[in-house]
Amino acid sequence: MKELKATREGFGEGLLLAAKQNTAIWALTADLASSTGLLEFSKEYPERFVEVGVAEQNLVTVASGLAATGKIPFATSFAVFSPGRNWEQIRTTICYNNQSVKIIGSHAGLGVGEDGATHQALEDVALMRVLPNMDVIVPCDFIQAKKATIAISKTKKPTYLRLTRQKSQIITKETDKFEIGKAQILRKGQKDTVIIIGCGPLLAEALIAAEELKKEKISCTIINLHTIKPLDEQTILTLAKKTGKIITIEDHQIVGGLGSAISELLSEKLNVKYKMKIMGVENKFGESGTPEELYEKYKLNSKYIKQEVKKILK
Amino acid sequence: MDKKEVVNLLNLQAKKIRQNIIKMIHEAKSGHTAGSLGMTDVFTALYFSFLNVNPKKPKDPDRDYLILSNGHICPGLYATLAARGFFKEQELFTLRKFESGLQGHPHRESLPELETTSGPLGSGLSQACGIALSLKRDKKNNKVVCLMSDGEHDEGNTWEAIMFAHKYHLDNLLVIVDRNRIQIDGNTEQIMPLGSLREKYLSFGWGVIDINGNDMQEIVNALQRATIEREKPLAIIAHTTPGKGVKFMEHDYNWHGRAPNEEETKRALELLK
Repeated sequence: MKELKATREGFGEGLLLAAKQNTAIWALTADLASSTGLLEFSKEYPERFVEVGVAEQNLVTVASGLAATGKIPFATSFAVFSPGRNWEQIRTTICYNNQSVKIIGSHAGLGVGEDGATHQALEDVALMRVLPNMDVIVPCDFIQAKKATIAISKTKKPTYLRLTRQKSQIITKETDKFEIGKAQILRKGQKDTVIIIGCGPLLAEALIAAEELKKEKISCTIINLHTIKPLDEQTILTLAKKTGKIITIEDHQIVGGLGSAISELLSEKLNVKYKMKIMGVENKFGESGTPEELYEKYKLNSKYIKQEVKKILK
Repeated sequence: MDKKEVVNLLNLQAKKIRQNIIKMIHEAKSGHTAGSLGMTDVFTALYFSFLNVNPKKPKDPDRDYLILSNGHICPGLYATLAARGFFKEQELFTLRKFESGLQGHPHRESLPELETTSGPLGSGLSQACGIALSLKRDKKNNKVVCLMSDGEHDEGNTWEAIMFAHKYHLDNLLVIVDRNRIQIDGNTEQIMPLGSLREKYLSFGWGVIDINGNDMQEIVNALQRATIEREKPLAIIAHTTPGKGVKFMEHDYNWHGRAPNEEETKRALELLK
């Protein structure tokens, strides 16, 4: 069995690497340092570490102040609390004010599991995607989370990085390139096949589905759209035009997420007839259970991806 | 110059700034008159006798930082910045107009002389805390001053920041609270009783000085005390008269967010002569 690791662990490692290179990098937590992978950082760089207590509004506004003096603060918490609770502070003091603050929202999605719906952020991408100036990034595995962390530390832009609690498959390689705003093609199908576009650990389910479908002589292209904003319009449009059959998958509400972003793009700019299915959470809250149980109930695993591929080919 | 002369000059300056506040809000046809007039003496004392700022080098790394948390009284800040030479007085009359640097609420990217973007209440002090902590850890001596309204002490974010400043011993941070006892819906003690802000700040581990925020001598004295070495963040509770200087506006919460019309402007300027 392959080694499983969480994207939040990749963030923790990436932040240490970035902080070693750049002394302007600071990290803040709201009483969740161990859960968001900051313990090492707090020991290594106590002079660049800030603990605000359970106060997410203060978390991001203090970060905005730090950025005003040239620091690059990484403000970490669970996604339900940040950006969930402190959205207006992020809007005004970070996005409108255009400060280089990195909002790190961990424990996103149904994949949080047993803690239940209160702690499963399913709306965070929508909340951040709507804000001018904000970049939105959802790494798919441990390695990509590490690379994304380093990459966002080098931009001057406000950025939202979405992370997950559960240990998940590693599907990218250390040698893979990570570039903000440039989609990664995880698997290339034959021409005229179905395009599956997703983000986050659920892409592992898409890969399983594609492997099984191959046995049935159905081929799929899989795109890892790790950057939801800015959108890699060119890659999406080029591939979508070839097949006209697009399925998106994400551990997030259908409204306002990755599928929604792609739908906005295609409806305006794709000049061919196309069919599209957006797989995500359908206007519901999550609940307690293992990630596997929840992905089965909410129809977000390889079995349901296969079903949707067959449906769209009909 | 002796102290008395300094105070006289500051009072003269404040009068000019008040006149501009009336004129610019009248020209804009909207804006927050009462709070701007109430805090004019504090703005004047800060920019003409306290803050280390240089209009020719607004982003000087050694400058002091002024964070206006209650962004709605920006006409007071704008008029003071113009008086101090940060931009031309003429610009004041673009307040709230299309493509003006003087947005209805302060926007740093529109007016780079500003340190932050503000308006929504309760988040300025945390930003000041972030700035103060960063400077302190870098062992720099810049002062950080945050102006706040009393009404924004209704916001939870304010108290999160008050605790933070105490925890990190932000001795380079000075808060000046505009204790004018009015907010949009009425008197602060009726809307959400604040009681003694002095007792509240003291119990949160801050130093506190209460002053009459419209007495230039008291303001200058308090600011002087603020520079004396201290181990704590300091709050000056400035008890001010909203609408100060224009009798028919004073203490009337209806002037919180109202612009004077032609006739009221004339009367106001007469009173500010």
